[in-house]
Amino acid sequence: MQEDIRLMKGNEAIAHAAIRYGADAYFGYPITPQSEVLETLEDEMPWETTGMVVLQAESEVAAINMVYGGAASGKAVMTSSSSPGVSLKQEGISYIAASELPALIVNVMRGGPGLGTIQPSQADYFQATKGGGHGDYHLIVLAPATVQEMADFVALGFDLSFKYRTPAMILADGIVGQMMEKVVLPPQRQRRTEEEVAAQCPWAVTGKHGRGHRNIVTSLEMDSPKMEENNLRFQRTYAEIAEKEVRFQEYFCDDAEYLIVAFGSVARICLKAIEDARARGIKVGLLRPITLWPFPTREIEALSRRVKGILVVELNAGQMIEDVRLAVEGRVPVRHFGRMGGMIPNPGEVLDALDTEIINPAKK
Amino acid sequence: MKEEIIIAGFGGQGVLSMGKILAYAGLMNDLEVTWMPAYGPEQRGGTANVTVILSDSPISSPVLDSYDTAVILNQQSLDKFENKVKPGGTLIYDPSGIHHPPTRTDIKVVPVDAMEAAIELKNSKTYNMILLGALLALRPVVDSEAVVKALKKTLPERHHHLIPLNVQAIERGAQLVK
Amino acid sequence: MSAEEIIKPENKVYSRPRLLDERVTHYCPGCSHGVVHRIIAELLDEMGLEDNTVAVAPVGCAVFAYNYIDVDWVEAAHGRAPAVATALKRLNPGNLVFTYQGDGDLSAIGTAETIHAANRGENIAIIFINNGIYGMTGGQMAPTTLLGMKTATTPYGRRADLNGYPLRISELLAPLDGTCYVTRQAVHTPAAVRKTKAAIRKAFQNSMEGKGTSVVEIVSTCNSGWKMSPAKSNEWMAEHMFERYPMGDLKNI
Repeated sequence: MQEDIRLMKGNEAIAHAAIRYGADAYFGYPITPQSEVLETLEDEMPWETTGMVVLQAESEVAAINMVYGGAASGKAVMTSSSSPGVSLKQEGISYIAASELPALIVNVMRGGPGLGTIQPSQADYFQATKGGGHGDYHLIVLAPATVQEMADFVALGFDLSFKYRTPAMILADGIVGQMMEKVVLPPQRQRRTEEEVAAQCPWAVTGKHGRGHRNIVTSLEMDSPKMEENNLRFQRTYAEIAEKEVRFQEYFCDDAEYLIVAFGSVARICLKAIEDARARGIKVGLLRPITLWPFPTREIEALSRRVKGILVVELNAGQMIEDVRLAVEGRVPVRHFGRMGGMIPNPGEVLDALDTEIINPAKK
Repeated sequence: MKEEIIIAGFGGQGVLSMGKILAYAGLMNDLEVTWMPAYGPEQRGGTANVTVILSDSPISSPVLDSYDTAVILNQQSLDKFENKVKPGGTLIYDPSGIHHPPTRTDIKVVPVDAMEAAIELKNSKTYNMILLGALLALRPVVDSEAVVKALKKTLPERHHHLIPLNVQAIERGAQLVK
Repeated sequence: MSAEEIIKPENKVYSRPRLLDERVTHYCPGCSHGVVHRIIAELLDEMGLEDNTVAVAPVGCAVFAYNYIDVDWVEAAHGRAPAVATALKRLNPGNLVFTYQGDGDLSAIGTAETIHAANRGENIAIIFINNGIYGMTGGQMAPTTLLGMKTATTPYGRRADLNGYPLRISELLAPLDGTCYVTRQAVHTPAAVRKTKAAIRKAFQNSMEGKGTSVVEIVSTCNSGWKMSPAKSNEWMAEHMFERYPMGDLKNI
């Protein structure tokens, strides 16, 4: 079979990948820089082909609660938004996590706080990886760096989310959302039949249909010992995810004297900086976490025993650096280089920061 | 082979669509491509720019500090990008509306009066295709067959009758720099 | 008649509906919720909908409704039941999907979800218990609280200049093109109970037939919150609430 190669924006890739995955529904609300997800879905009219439901909700709040309802019935349901909209969704995400439902949430980050800017940012790292809403919970957080990964992580996110019955998030940024690249779309999968949903999700509220007992999807438990049990169960799931699902990519780390840690599209800017550095004989490596939660703590710990210093590059004031420092435990200097407000560093700036922060800090 | 291109001008001059056709043509020639716009309200009236990278190997950063080739359509963009063309690179610009022409001597500077040519073709919308023609004549990074395929991909079906006019504009652009 | 004769099955005129759980509810004695739950349980059985119903519980006194009526349930976040129901119905169009919401849930924090679900004409039924007060949290003012009514947050009575006016949400929903049936009922007398049952039956039928959004507002009592006996509450409701919230159909297509 010939590969289905297209040129498209990251946001468009999300939409096409959702249809190809056999997603059952998308609920969303327009917000720059991710509106192409909803626009592409409305343009493709998947309800005519796969039967996928696409609905523009009255708010991000309504959209995430539609996701909650759809997920409760065992369906593969998703939403997407950008930073301010994702803040609005947090209550619903907490309910989805607490009700142990699978769901996929996409955040194409823009600069904040507040209304901020529509330009790219990575300032929602804390929100995405430390819970985001109220209560003790985690999302599985995937950070795509290419348009291809925007497409691929739809399937990965849904699969992990169903496997562990916990919501997954694609944490992208305006760069990878808005840029166009080549993308190979997966073949079209059939949406699951009602029988398959019932078999895969015996907990789903589909109507009793002779089940003999009713299913209840709720996050409420007024009996504290039982609620603690629920919490312990969630934590066991998170421990299992942390054990099995860490994903990352290493570039030029074998002989690296210095290490850059960066995620998403920023990792690519850093990679270009590293190519330029290596051309000058500076041995720099890159570790790109693909899962931001669970975080590649062990891998960074191991690398911190071999390099002289680590630069963390992010489009924020220093968020992922806290997780890097926890992994490094003070063995080597860990410094930050960040741009904010929608500003994007170019490879030259990254190299300068590497020089002044890590290689020759005395020059500073 | 790797070509790093910036196209910059006002919103509405066809900057993004010119980049898109270039990127699609790259795709048709089995190249790796990235098309990275400065997005948002800038598209409407303000300055617009797009970085297009074509390469026969995987592309790392879609964001660059220097370019092999720049296509510049207004003074603001010229001020911003003239110094970011790599030594030995190419700067194509439309002299209409440029009060301070480029001064660099270590790059190839090529004025292309695309608006005048577009008026000759009796369709101002061919403006960006004339510039694309000039660019491809100077930097033949994709072949003309790929460009026609790219036009088919990027233009909506109802505008396909305009493909011959666009091809004519690309040819005219190439003549202008011969 | 001897006791044996009285309990003969053929003499039975009244019993717990099959789909109403045999457990003590957490509702206060005299609360209207119990009656409405019973009506719903009866109807789901009578209409043969036990196996293909998904109900959505609110935040408020009815938060535990899922413990009492034996069908599939989802517990929604406060006010979001119509959004949750929207997805449930669109993804499972063969099911009866209804929400069960109080006035705080539906007409305060969930106004947007209510109006937009109704405006889209989602094929759901909304059962709206309007007792003019927040019961669960201890008797605070609701948008539907009458002027002059004392609550925990209007200890000297609701004032229009401070708190605005009692919100008539059914009057907002009836003109929307998406609604097919909007009615206001009560459950304070046997006759009213029968009318409410007929109204909910119609709302459920509409949902199954895909006719649009149906809203059954049930003006109810909260004897604990109102600090009255159940009997006095019913009298007070008829005397005061019905003037602001008149009984009957606002829309019936």
